[in-house]
Amino acid sequence: MSARVAVIVFPGTNCELDIVHALDQLGGAPELVFHTETSLDGTDAVVVPGGFAHGDYLRTGALARFSPVMTAVAEHAAAGGPVVGVCNGFQVLTEAGLLPGALQKNAGLKFLCETVECRVETSRSVLTAGVEPGTVLRLPINHFEGNYICDAATLARLRAEDRVVLRYVDNPNGALDDIAGIANERGNVVGLMPHPERASDRLLGSTDGVVLLQSLLDAAVARSAAA
Amino acid sequence: MRFVVRVDVTHLPGIADPQGATVERALPALGYTNVSEVRIGKSIRLVIDAGDAASAHHQVAEMCERLLANPVIEAYSIEITELAAT
Repeated sequence: MSARVAVIVFPGTNCELDIVHALDQLGGAPELVFHTETSLDGTDAVVVPGGFAHGDYLRTGALARFSPVMTAVAEHAAAGGPVVGVCNGFQVLTEAGLLPGALQKNAGLKFLCETVECRVETSRSVLTAGVEPGTVLRLPINHFEGNYICDAATLARLRAEDRVVLRYVDNPNGALDDIAGIANERGNVVGLMPHPERASDRLLGSTDGVVLLQSLLDAAVARSAAA
Repeated sequence: MRFVVRVDVTHLPGIADPQGATVERALPALGYTNVSEVRIGKSIRLVIDAGDAASAHHQVAEMCERLLANPVIEAYSIEITELAAT
């Protein structure tokens, strides 16, 4: 049984086809959903892909959260459905309040386009349930605003509640506590700056992202079975 | 009544401002060695129809909280000027 994954497309999103291809290869059933859609009925999981939603105008992710589809995404998340935001998707989820904190400009003020090592810190999330904590994955990053920040109280909560999902082994952008990805309280909403879909094919040089996408598909299948 | 509003959005104190820091480092090359604390922010101008200045201010503050500024990393200030009726 195939996991139905809604891949949200905003004006300016540009990584949706990579996500669709990667999930397809793994046996999932991804479907592009335009930002004006108001229903996610029948969806087992949601991915908010990378890119420049609404041109990153005002602030990256700031306008996307007002798109009609985001109401359905929030409801899906509240009902326990898996939601993963990649790069710009992570930015959208923080602006939408589905994840805490914010992503600011990289500390070195450089647009980073490189492959970095990331350590999985917990398997307590829909993105990492099938991964042994401590596993190091080589994943591409491609961003100018990936510098994660939150206030001290939030950071303390994230750490205490085992919600830091991914950390950079060698922090490339100044992110607080080397954070590359986090989850919400229930672990069903995850945001990360690295692109697992770009490390899912030997032709691309790394398949390290497969374990993450597979965890997501497994969570989607479980949700579908439970429905 | 119509009001011209100017909103200044700046980084919260303590939030890194790499653009400001970069500009601050560039100014000495132009001969200005007497400049410090460069901060770069955003200026948003709009016109609003409201019953009075207080109502205008209240609504703009809501806009700031909901969209114009991200309270996690930004602070905002609002300046309101009544537009003379023509």
